[in-house]
Amino acid sequence: MGLVARHAEAAGIPTLCMTSARDITRAVNPPRAAFLDFPLGHTTGKPHEPDLQRRILVEALSSFETMKAPGSMKELPFRWSEDETWKSKAFAEGDDRTPRHDTPQYQSEEDRRRAEEGGSTSCPVCRA
Amino acid sequence: MGPVDYIPRIRDNYARQGYKAYNWVVNRDTAPWAPLRKPLSQCRLGVAASGGIYVAGQVAFHYKDDISLREIPTEIDTSELRATHFAYDLSDARTDPNVVFPIDTLRRLVREGFLGGVASRFYSFMGGIYSSRRVAEDLAPRLTARLLEDGVDAVLLVPV
Repeated sequence: MGLVARHAEAAGIPTLCMTSARDITRAVNPPRAAFLDFPLGHTTGKPHEPDLQRRILVEALSSFETMKAPGSMKELPFRWSEDETWKSKAFAEGDDRTPRHDTPQYQSEEDRRRAEEGGSTSCPVCRA
Repeated sequence: MGPVDYIPRIRDNYARQGYKAYNWVVNRDTAPWAPLRKPLSQCRLGVAASGGIYVAGQVAFHYKDDISLREIPTEIDTSELRATHFAYDLSDARTDPNVVFPIDTLRRLVREGFLGGVASRFYSFMGGIYSSRRVAEDLAPRLTARLLEDGVDAVLLVPV
């Protein structure tokens, strides 16, 4: 995503990269980043906690107004849990749990059926 | 405990799957910079997220270096959003897409006046694309062209 950020920024659009993988983001070096130390799959918060999700984005988006130098990264002041057992699990597990299929991977068979029928009329983007 | 280091982990994963040694992108130059031109409360925000979110009825992403984009209308009913990805546990994103695609959160920030507005469409794609060249030469320019077309004042990027 850092590559996208650099490209858009070079075209004149200010960008902010959320990240939960600090080492990857540091390496790619996007213009602005906000680091949330949560497990992958939760870059903008915990499920069903809208107030926390809101606080996270307010903290992060404020960087657009406060950051003055390219390559800045803000560490967001939120913790996933009191203990940090999720981190040892994250070290151990890989991202190779799922085979790299080259056909569409639907969340459900119902989605597959709807897509194969060309989407519904209430979905203007389905035929794009 | 400090942050998890993902670079060694991902390098090992690719090695196990028989890919050539993953050539990590390292930029040592100064990143480009475009200053925000007005306060956030007057800005129209765009979003691009790589958590594999799609709208029910759209063709889902596949898992083998998919560099296609999905357009997500920002007035979409959140219950119509779906998640598919090979690299993270989808269970939370499937019950609350806001964990990787903060659409309700941003609509709320517009209602509260923290943001001026959001673009009429957000963009979604799949992370975990092996070829950084295809991202830099194909996906990033395509996405940037759309963002320029949408006339956004700033863009929030949400990887997974």
